[in-house]
Amino acid sequence: MLRFLIRRLLIAIPTMLLIATLAFGLLHGTPGGPFDSAKRIPPAIQHSIEAKYHLNDPLWQQYARYLSDLARGDLGPSYQYRDTSVNELIRQGLPVDALIGSLAMLFAILLGGFFGILAAVRRGGAWDHIPMFFAALGIAVPVFVIGPLLILVFAIELHWLPAGDWEPGSVRFMILPVISLGFPYAAYIARMARSEMIEVLGSPFIRTARAKGLPERTILLRHALRPVLTPLVSFLGPAFAGVLTGSIIIESVFGLPGIGRYFVTGALNRDYTLVVGITVLYGALIIGFNLLADLCYAWLDPRVRLHS
Amino acid sequence: MTQPPARTPWQQVRAQLYQRPLALSALLVLVAIILVALLGPLFSSYNFATPSWNEIYQAPSLRHWLGTDALGRDQLVRILWGCRISLLVGVAASLVSVIIGVLWGATAGYAGGTADSMMMRFVDILYTVPFIPLVIVMTVLFGRNFLLVFVAIGAVSWLDIARIVRGQTLSLKQREFIEAARALGVRTPTMIIRHLVPNLIGVVIIYATLTVPTVILFEAFLSFLGLGVHAPLASLGSLVSDGADHLQSQPYLLTAPAVLLALIIACFSYLGDGLRDALDPRAHH
Repeated sequence: MLRFLIRRLLIAIPTMLLIATLAFGLLHGTPGGPFDSAKRIPPAIQHSIEAKYHLNDPLWQQYARYLSDLARGDLGPSYQYRDTSVNELIRQGLPVDALIGSLAMLFAILLGGFFGILAAVRRGGAWDHIPMFFAALGIAVPVFVIGPLLILVFAIELHWLPAGDWEPGSVRFMILPVISLGFPYAAYIARMARSEMIEVLGSPFIRTARAKGLPERTILLRHALRPVLTPLVSFLGPAFAGVLTGSIIIESVFGLPGIGRYFVTGALNRDYTLVVGITVLYGALIIGFNLLADLCYAWLDPRVRLHS
Repeated sequence: MTQPPARTPWQQVRAQLYQRPLALSALLVLVAIILVALLGPLFSSYNFATPSWNEIYQAPSLRHWLGTDALGRDQLVRILWGCRISLLVGVAASLVSVIIGVLWGATAGYAGGTADSMMMRFVDILYTVPFIPLVIVMTVLFGRNFLLVFVAIGAVSWLDIARIVRGQTLSLKQREFIEAARALGVRTPTMIIRHLVPNLIGVVIIYATLTVPTVILFEAFLSFLGLGVHAPLASLGSLVSDGADHLQSQPYLLTAPAVLLALIIACFSYLGDGLRDALDPRAHH
């Protein structure tokens, strides 16, 4: 267990290095810089601004400086938002993403798990076909279509909920983003839960439980649920990564103040530090969630040995 | 599997498809969509790029079956063009990813030993790289060069294929014909390309079919953020994005491209799932 953790953390270091190097190399390796914009500034001033951010140093020096700052957790100053550090921008934006993302995952697990299991128990009936139709729909319809459609129905036609924007702590502003972000994952989870449940319900230990005369509810909740949930956990690691990137879209559809918006405008404006910083953050979160999912998996299924 | 060994992978695919109505009808719908997208614009008198200022925002009618957009352009022709672009991106990028994935996986599996474990460890590391942000960065930096977007998307989606091909190669390696070829002194590159890769075609077809919809979605995602195709040209993603902007006044501009996009994605996934159930021996674990 401890050896597994240490090995995974040791592999994480070269991975993070690779991510930082890829992002850094891509941005600095192509022509153009953050300060040669259309607003003509005198060359002397542009030079001094670039000197302030060390942009005229040799590339390897900038790279070395960036890595040593990164090792101390400092992602550097943003070029686009003057006088603001990337750390501050992330500190402002990440809570919104974390809130929306975790609510979306919760929504996906509850909705998908419930209807997936229901579909397996009522296999072949209406409670199987209708949810599975919506699941197929949820997988095929991308997030950026679901979002505008929900706005059309619930904000523009029915006036029930706001079409966008954000008020900290206000649930009304969260509902549509959470549903549009979570729905595709609810669809995946429903399909997975259904096929797992069908497999488990056909297995010998369930037959034994039935033969003992246990009530159906006990069989489902006490016996069948755990082996159904276990494979879902291994899906959650990659799903969290998907929710993270999906939130880039959700933020632009609903105008939420998260880090995805900073990322896209940062990439367009060559805000090197902001883009590399957010990419590194995404990488760290993905590694962290994958590790967490693997640990949960081993905890739920004792037959899994943690190695390599 | 009691397949007679004389059948080629293509014959197997055909035989299995006939037994799966869902996958077969998905294939037929896809063929129909591709034909209409390729041939449709030839029969239309409208151009996808030329604005027509006195026909702005017309609702669907007999003249413009799906209405007109903000510049008075016929929406049907734009959708057909968008369909062409999206399919082109999907197929081209999948081709790139299949070529990289097959060569990488077959080489790792055939070489074995340290080379294998190093190559696969590299794949493991790449799995945790957040690719969507990196592709966003690439598309911004390469000045939206369309070809490079293909290459960028293809270059990041080969990991699954590499893993699966490696697994298949490991078992193929034990077969007699490989041993015979080795005894004849066939060199490693020839061995991989002439003897291993042709035997992997079944698996490769399945995963290529499953890669196409993810790539199309990915391109749509980029176009939605305004990072995809250039302005007069359209892809389904950019049309959805334009439609979402006029949601309140012209909902028909969103619905048609959105439905078509969903239909294409759904058909590719049904076809891929059907082929996988039919051909991949490890799918029935």
